[in-house]
Amino acid sequence: MAATTAQLASVAATTRPAVHLRGVDITFVLKDGATHRAVHGIDLAVKPGEFVAIVGPTGCGKSTLLNAAAGLLKPSAGQVEIDGAALSGLNAKAGYLFQADALMPWKTAVDNVAVALEPQGVPRAEALRRAREWLARVGLKGFADRYPHMLSGGQRKRVALAQMLIRDPQILLMDEPFGPLDAQTRQIMGNLLLDLWAANKKAVLFVTHDLEEAIALADRVVVMSAGPAAGIVGDYTVTLPRPRDIAEIRTEPAFHDIHKAIWATLRVEVQKAYAQGENLPVTGVQP
Amino acid sequence: MNRANLLGLQILVGVASLVIWHLLTTVPVIDGKPLLPPFFFSTPLDVLERTWKDFASGEIWRHLGITLLETVLAFAIGAGAGIVVGFAFARRALLAAVFDPYVKAANALPRVVLAPIFALWFGLGIWSKVALGFTLVFFIVFFNVYQGVKEVSPTVLANARMLGMNEKQLMRHVYWPAALTWMFSSLHTSVGFALIGAVVGEYLGSAAGLGYKIHEAESVFDVTGVFSGMLVLAIFVILLDWFVTMIENRLLVWRPDTAARTT
Repeated sequence: MAATTAQLASVAATTRPAVHLRGVDITFVLKDGATHRAVHGIDLAVKPGEFVAIVGPTGCGKSTLLNAAAGLLKPSAGQVEIDGAALSGLNAKAGYLFQADALMPWKTAVDNVAVALEPQGVPRAEALRRAREWLARVGLKGFADRYPHMLSGGQRKRVALAQMLIRDPQILLMDEPFGPLDAQTRQIMGNLLLDLWAANKKAVLFVTHDLEEAIALADRVVVMSAGPAAGIVGDYTVTLPRPRDIAEIRTEPAFHDIHKAIWATLRVEVQKAYAQGENLPVTGVQP
Repeated sequence: MNRANLLGLQILVGVASLVIWHLLTTVPVIDGKPLLPPFFFSTPLDVLERTWKDFASGEIWRHLGITLLETVLAFAIGAGAGIVVGFAFARRALLAAVFDPYVKAANALPRVVLAPIFALWFGLGIWSKVALGFTLVFFIVFFNVYQGVKEVSPTVLANARMLGMNEKQLMRHVYWPAALTWMFSSLHTSVGFALIGAVVGEYLGSAAGLGYKIHEAESVFDVTGVFSGMLVLAIFVILLDWFVTMIENRLLVWRPDTAARTT
């Protein structure tokens, strides 16, 4: 608890955000020449070591925002600042955990993790040694030589997590990473993520459509409005104590209070999105 | 159905066909003559005997060697060129757009009409056959590599780029393996076409090879020789296909279906 307070104090002392979206607008030009404004006027700052979750109705542009922070997508207006410097090109300080399978299917688990060190010029033997260490850390000790298709969805996610973290990026971007997993695996993965994050705190931007997951994991939950031209309609600080257990924290009264408060905002947006007829309601029902 | 039963049935089909062939060409029915005259249809025993003799005298090995050499060369050169051009077209959209109609036109051309031209250009030796096989193999490998590079999973690609890979590393770790996968999935087809190119080329004009052997037998109405040539060709194709399957299983061990077969 003392360590957490000290870390919070150090976070507060740092004024420069790790990720800062300033007035970001993202407009897509569709095939028929029409334009679609996905997000509009986004201002969002993530402090170093802060865990921020973004929730919003399906299709509101959460992932688009994350891609802008990663540098995979250039904002049409506004800019992305990383550690105070404007981002151009890919964000080299960020690791990205995708929703879909992103491992190279032709490489074994250990090779998939080790290859992440190649761009940094780490010698292969050294990279393999560290990759094995990381696989052990994510609980895949005996699985180093398996190919992705021989692993379960949860195990593949663990490999992807190790692949992202071995580079020691300062910023973690996650796009509904546990979305495809079953409920139990999601909780286990959530706890694993929190453990690894607590050991070496990074700035995290975590996109999810699951409000309970967002609250259980994050320091701050940001609510986005229904698209098109989605913006931020709510920003809530989660004061639940750490370390947390994803499964147990849901039973705490404080969890219910914050859930109720955020859901009041989110529900309006979900209903708006649902009324547009093209979106399904988010998971995250009133407790 | 287990393996032994399946193999038994496969052998049964072969033996039954041979027995029917044998009976139709040897058992007299009308006026003491068999239903199918052996002059036009030969008999299975004659064909086997001829094939055995060819192997025993060692004469067939030279022809087999030439055909194999032509097949391997056609495949190697065709696949090499297909990979290079496939990569270039997939990574340079303008190149692909400009050449698209010409590639389609060239691929639509029946290759047999090219055989005499190649004989003129490259002579009656092995290179005119290699050229014919090349025109067949090249397009198969080219289209597959092109597709393979084009259809790399965008997520895998974005992930590799987020890991900080430069163009060279992307090539080595993402594009190249993806293209190889597609190429290997067409390996059976392209090796088969390399052989077709060789045999058709030999058939249309040469002095050695299995195609030449069959053509030579045909020109003197030696039906037994033709069937014997086809038998050798069939065995050759099966062995080649078996070899390709072996290579494929070794190289594509990471693929779900092949892995399921090997474990």
